[in-house]
Amino acid sequence: MYRYDEFDHQLVNERVAQFRGQVARRLSGELTEDEFKPLRLMNGVYLQLHAYMLRVAIPYGTLSSKQLRMLAHIGRKYDRGYGHFTTRQNLQYNWPALKDMPDVLHDLATVEMHAIQTSGNCIRNVTSDQYAGAAKDEIEDPRIVSEIIRQWSTFHPEFSFLPRKFKIAVSGTPDDRAAIRVHDIGIQIVRNGKGKIGYEVYVGGGLGRTPMIGKKIADFVPKEDLLAYLEAVMRVYNMYGRRDNIYKARIKILVHEIGAEEMKRQVDAEFAEIRKTGALHLPAEEVARIQAYFASPAYETLPDESTELNKAVLADPDFANWVKSNIAAHRVPGYAIVNISLKPIGGTPGDCSSDQMDAVADIAEKYSFDELRVTHEQNLTLADVRKKDLPAVHAALKAAGLATANINLITDQIACPGLDYCALANARSIPLAQQISERFSDLNRQHDIGELKINTSGCINACGHHHVGHIGILGVDKKGVEYYQVTLGGAADEKTAIGDIVGPAFTEEQIVDAIETIVTTYLGLRQPGERFIDTYRRTGIEPFKESLYATH
Amino acid sequence: MQLIRNGKFVADDFAAVGDEDILPEGAVIVSLERWQKDRDALTARNTPLGVRLKSGQEPSAIADDLDKLAVVALEFPVYRNGRAYSYARLLRERHGYKGEVRAVGNVLRDQFHFMVRCGFDALEVADNITPEIWAESVGVFSHSYQPATDGREPVLSLRQRLAARAATREAV
Amino acid sequence: MAQHSRKGAQFQALTANRLADGIVVYLTADNRWSESLQDADVTEGKEAGEALLGRAQATVDGNIVVEPYLFEVTHNENGIRAASVRETIRQAGPTVRLDLGKQAELPGVHR
Ligand code: HEM
Ligand code: SF4
Repeated sequence: MYRYDEFDHQLVNERVAQFRGQVARRLSGELTEDEFKPLRLMNGVYLQLHAYMLRVAIPYGTLSSKQLRMLAHIGRKYDRGYGHFTTRQNLQYNWPALKDMPDVLHDLATVEMHAIQTSGNCIRNVTSDQYAGAAKDEIEDPRIVSEIIRQWSTFHPEFSFLPRKFKIAVSGTPDDRAAIRVHDIGIQIVRNGKGKIGYEVYVGGGLGRTPMIGKKIADFVPKEDLLAYLEAVMRVYNMYGRRDNIYKARIKILVHEIGAEEMKRQVDAEFAEIRKTGALHLPAEEVARIQAYFASPAYETLPDESTELNKAVLADPDFANWVKSNIAAHRVPGYAIVNISLKPIGGTPGDCSSDQMDAVADIAEKYSFDELRVTHEQNLTLADVRKKDLPAVHAALKAAGLATANINLITDQIACPGLDYCALANARSIPLAQQISERFSDLNRQHDIGELKINTSGCINACGHHHVGHIGILGVDKKGVEYYQVTLGGAADEKTAIGDIVGPAFTEEQIVDAIETIVTTYLGLRQPGERFIDTYRRTGIEPFKESLYATH
Repeated sequence: MQLIRNGKFVADDFAAVGDEDILPEGAVIVSLERWQKDRDALTARNTPLGVRLKSGQEPSAIADDLDKLAVVALEFPVYRNGRAYSYARLLRERHGYKGEVRAVGNVLRDQFHFMVRCGFDALEVADNITPEIWAESVGVFSHSYQPATDGREPVLSLRQRLAARAATREAV
Repeated sequence: MAQHSRKGAQFQALTANRLADGIVVYLTADNRWSESLQDADVTEGKEAGEALLGRAQATVDGNIVVEPYLFEVTHNENGIRAASVRETIRQAGPTVRLDLGKQAELPGVHR
């Protein structure tokens, strides 16, 4: 993975020093809250319901064991012994004190981590595919450009006060696991007819109050021009994005208002000008330097079949279930990708205790080249595990309470913190996810239902990606009482779709039954081989509406 | 309000003139509207001139007049509105403007570094800003990842030079 | 700041977060900030509520607390209760982590 050099270290350390000064000025009263707020937000510090919250960037979701151990340590020392992995491949601490924040950032810096630009109206943490480097159909490791973008966007002098936040995601495979079409900019790595690698660019995707799917405005940006192209998009947005209304300030509204064609025209014109100067031309040497950090680990030459694995599958049904749902194919024979579910039955999606972090760090060190990934579905991934080690990995995960076998099943839900933590929430999300998880806890039933993604957000900001859940749940507030609105048919993959609202919202008492009704309706309708989303696309919303509301 | 020009705290030798005000003697800064209306009269005065652009008034509006202007003042109506960072870069990099580019309006100390990088060489700042604060804020980061207007060598090319030097050293 | 108090709320208390650590606090009758809602000064009527806000300003200016606001409470022999789910959660802690927040630290915080 990428390692800081002297320049990276110096910049992050200077940032810690700067924030230490700002916190001191705030605590002494030299800065008012109004003046301080944008500064703390630039360092990922929010004020939530119970306390401050700190959002730590995990660039493109890649972590070393050492870094995870530091996250565990910070959780113990400054928080309440846990952290929350988010849909943006970040980690959030829910309880740190403001006065400790500079020390936390200092500790992070010692392991090459930071909270820079995890909030505020700037370019946020770049997200990517958790299978990067290990996916079978990968065109190029997406972490290379992600790191290049991370550096270019860090403290960008022109783009630190944008109309609104800005999120970039990169996918290196045709299967999109990074939800690039619901990002402000989505980058798809492609290979053209001449075998050259370049980038397809989508702009104007996003969720929140006005969900939109990104529009493709470039079919092939050559590698050496990527930064020039991104700078062109950002400049057009910075100059013409709306600043009169916070709800209309995202780039998706600009693209919607002027149209994708006009957006493309303006970006192309700006790109042509920027390119002329050559200042952002990416030298092949720098690409090679960064690429070298993401070189394949020292894989052994192994047979693809592992007798140890096959034996264990036959011997242990728990293990077999886990292999069935949590293991993905690896490009190298004899290796597998292991997904670690952070969705235990009845647990909080994405929460991980410091002890569990330490356990995962040890497992990654021993079995996966000292490295792991954070997924946008709030799980963890060990990307490079020998198949023959899978039984040992499973046993170690089980000991840490991390062997839940449910990846991509109905209990593998995304949920935002909601009203249990979040100051902006209308309703709770976590208890709902927990109840749904308990209702469907039977594993045979889960496998019978098959792939089904339920995403829950506690308010319209959509941090829980409800618009793109196969079933989406949105918390709304009616006169101080929590209600839940349901959408169907959303998807965040290469067939991205925004879900349709099924009808009037449900109460807290009704919602879990309503979800069960939807699932039962699907089971009655499905044709052989169909997943929920396939059935929904075939039948549309009507049968679901009928079964949900006809009987009422 | 104080003026910092090229890093020095100086007296402002330009008067900011409202659209209805009578023009004083000497150097003035006027709005884009007034400039467009009174261009000939203003140029005939033969004193240094500046034009102030609001957020939304793009540099292209004065691109043909830049050789007549000693100052272009770019307004930050609120610190959160970062349009003028792009305007400053366009003035310098696209239109080749060599005169003063001045940041006016809601200009906070935590932004000095970014402004200077984008080509502002003059900033109107609050009275509590001292030379020490200026030095600390403008120099907060020793290096920059990305090229901008200030000509600072980005980290990327520093790395290449270091690598090249190491290579020649090895070769020796 | 969002409005957390229903229009026409009868009883109100004043809450804020402490600047240095962000912990939820309530304004008491003697102008201190307590971590327990049970210590809060409960006022009746709109004007008395406004007066509470006025009393808090000095501590905001003094950088003790941030973002003070009024919220509706009810009042009975069991003590003071927040009227909304949101304020109940602030008062007690996350409903999904009963081991955290005031519910774990202070006696007498209701669930
Ligand atoms: C708890 C504190 C949090 C606060 C105050 C917060 C605030 C917000 C706000 C205001 C928006 C809407 C922005 C806009 O559309 O312009 C938003 C969107 C979003 N947040 Fe959060 N959020 C929080 C936690 C999280 C968490 C825990 C996650 C991940 C689970 C997350 C991921 C996202 C995502 C993915 C979006 C959608 C971006 C889009 O509109 O495309 N946030 N958040
Ligand atoms: S969706 Fe709403 S409730 Fe959930 S974390 Fe985001 S802002 Fe908070």
